[in-house]
Order: sequence, then structure tokens, then C-alpha cells
Amino acid sequence: MEQIKVVEIKEDIRSRNNEQAQSIKDELKKKKVFFLNVMSSPGSGKTTLLVNLINRLKKDFRIGVIEADIDSDVDAYTVSEATGVKVIQIHTAGACHLTCQMSYEALCALGLDGLDFVILENIGNLVCPAEFDTGAAANMVLLSVPEGEDKPLKYPLMFEVADLVVVTKSDVQPAFDFSLERARENVGMRKTGVPVFFTSAIKDEGVDALENYLRKEINDYISR
Amino acid sequence: MHELGIVVRVIEQVEKVAEENKVEKVAKLTLEVGEVSSVVPDLFTDCFEWSKKKSKYLEDCELELIILEGISYCQDCKETYKTTEYAKQCPHCGSYNTYLVTGDEINIKNIEIVTE
Repeated sequence: MEQIKVVEIKEDIRSRNNEQAQSIKDELKKKKVFFLNVMSSPGSGKTTLLVNLINRLKKDFRIGVIEADIDSDVDAYTVSEATGVKVIQIHTAGACHLTCQMSYEALCALGLDGLDFVILENIGNLVCPAEFDTGAAANMVLLSVPEGEDKPLKYPLMFEVADLVVVTKSDVQPAFDFSLERARENVGMRKTGVPVFFTSAIKDEGVDALENYLRKEINDYISR
Repeated sequence: MHELGIVVRVIEQVEKVAEENKVEKVAKLTLEVGEVSSVVPDLFTDCFEWSKKKSKYLEDCELELIILEGISYCQDCKETYKTTEYAKQCPHCGSYNTYLVTGDEINIKNIEIVTE
């Protein structure tokens, strides 16, 4: 006779991603590689800022870059040509975010030996990437002036997982109704103590402070 | 919009349990979904109904979603409140020094399997 039996499972579906993220963190710690996850909306200037930063930091750190997109390899070409550092492109084939498994495979493909600093340029999206831990040591979230300073109010989780926030495209501020003060307040509402930088990568303004901050973070991490 | 990805993972886990228990059919799957887990129940159900047809274990499986309330805790006044109504700001004292206690879960609670 057929019988129904209840099997208790009680398992968090994201636990696998979190466990894997922790094992990536442990391994990178052992190998002394600082892994930075960069997130923002599409078109907020991730690639332009990264090219500027990499050119400032590449003399002192051995850098690798993972470009994640739904399709194309334009960002990988741009970064590779403009900086000369090692870049790989990964495709999520339609997915709107990177899971830990993808970031693990990308780190393996890039190869960590001889690197101090790995940058992951995540898919341009303020929603899903925030929900999946990539195993990075820090999350850098960008917010461009044209997007408006209310983004932390509209996309709470993204700014709750941020370890530093960079306001980009400061050079176009005169054309927009953007208040840096309000942006700082809104970021602070999501998480207290998060540093906010105000930059224009194209005009090379305000990037010094961000560069110095990252230098310290990387040095602290790899010398520990 | 990553309900489909979550459905695929849930189905993989359930199939594993079904295999371990040496059964061929899962009659019912019960999930606990937090109010602020970013899973949209209707979308999730649609994705599940589409995906289950591809699984020999789950093709006739019924889905039950239990919604867990989002509750936040204020570190300043030590009170709790309903997250979906007040979000990050504590309604008791106005502080933003708060964190989520429950409501972001996506748990597979249990399954009902058919045994001979």
C-alpha cells in the first residue's frame, strides 16, 4: 500500500553559496590576495573608474581583473588595452548576478599565483548581485551623479552590503540636481561608517583619496 | 528576478533527498520564504510549475509556501518591529541602528514522499 512519509529537511537554500563564499575568503586570505567586488547600475562608470585606479596601483600591486557581463567582451578589451594587467571576461549567459560558484571558477581561470589584488567588475545591476556573496573581502558600490542621490533609498540591500561607496561623474554635477550631502546621509541610513568618495575618473578628480584608501586596505590585508 | 535559479537549486536538493530515501515520487514540498527574502511568491510558483515537469521525482509535486514575517531589532532601544512597515528606521525611537532578525529565509522545510 502507498503511504505518505514526511521528510524534514530544514535547509537554507542559500547556505551552499554562503559556505562556498567562506571557503573562497579563507583561501584568498591564505594566498594573501585582496578580492574586491565592484557593483553598481549599468553605465555608472565602473570600467572608467577601474582603469584610472589600476593605472595608479599597478606599479605597487600585481593586479588581475574579472569582467562579468551578460554578453560581449568590450569591458575586458577596454581594461586590458588601457592598463595592460591580466583580464578575463566571464559571461553569465543571461543571469542577472554572479553566484559564488561563478566567481570561484573565474578566480581559478584567472589564476591567483603572483597576484595581490583581484577586482571583480560585477554585472551592472543594483538588485540581484547584492544578494549573493561572491567571496570578496570588500564590496565597492558606485553611484553616479546622473542617477541621483536617492539610490540608497530605492535599493536598500545594495547599500547595506557596501563597504565603501564611490560617487562617480562628479564633473557633470552642475547639470544635475545632485547633493553630495544628501547622498552621504542616504548611504549612512543604510549602514553607518561607510566611507563615501566623490570622484571624476575622466577628469582625474577626487581619485587620490580613493586610491589611498584602497592602498591601505590592500596593504593591511596582504600583510596580515 | 532570479526565482528560476532558486527553483533549480531547490529541485536539485529535493531530488537528492528523494534519491537518498530511494523513492520515485515527491508528493509535496514545503518551503519557508521570508517576506524580505526578495523571492516573489507568484513568480516562484510559476517557475516551479514549469520546472517540475522536467523532474521525474517532482512532476506531480504540490508546492506550499509558508511566508515568514520580517522582524527587525533596534540596537538602541532594544525593541523589535515589523520590517515591511518601517524598513530600516525604528518606529519606537527613530534610530537607524537596526538589523533584520527574521524574514530573509529561503528554507526547504520538508517534503512528503510516497512510499510503497
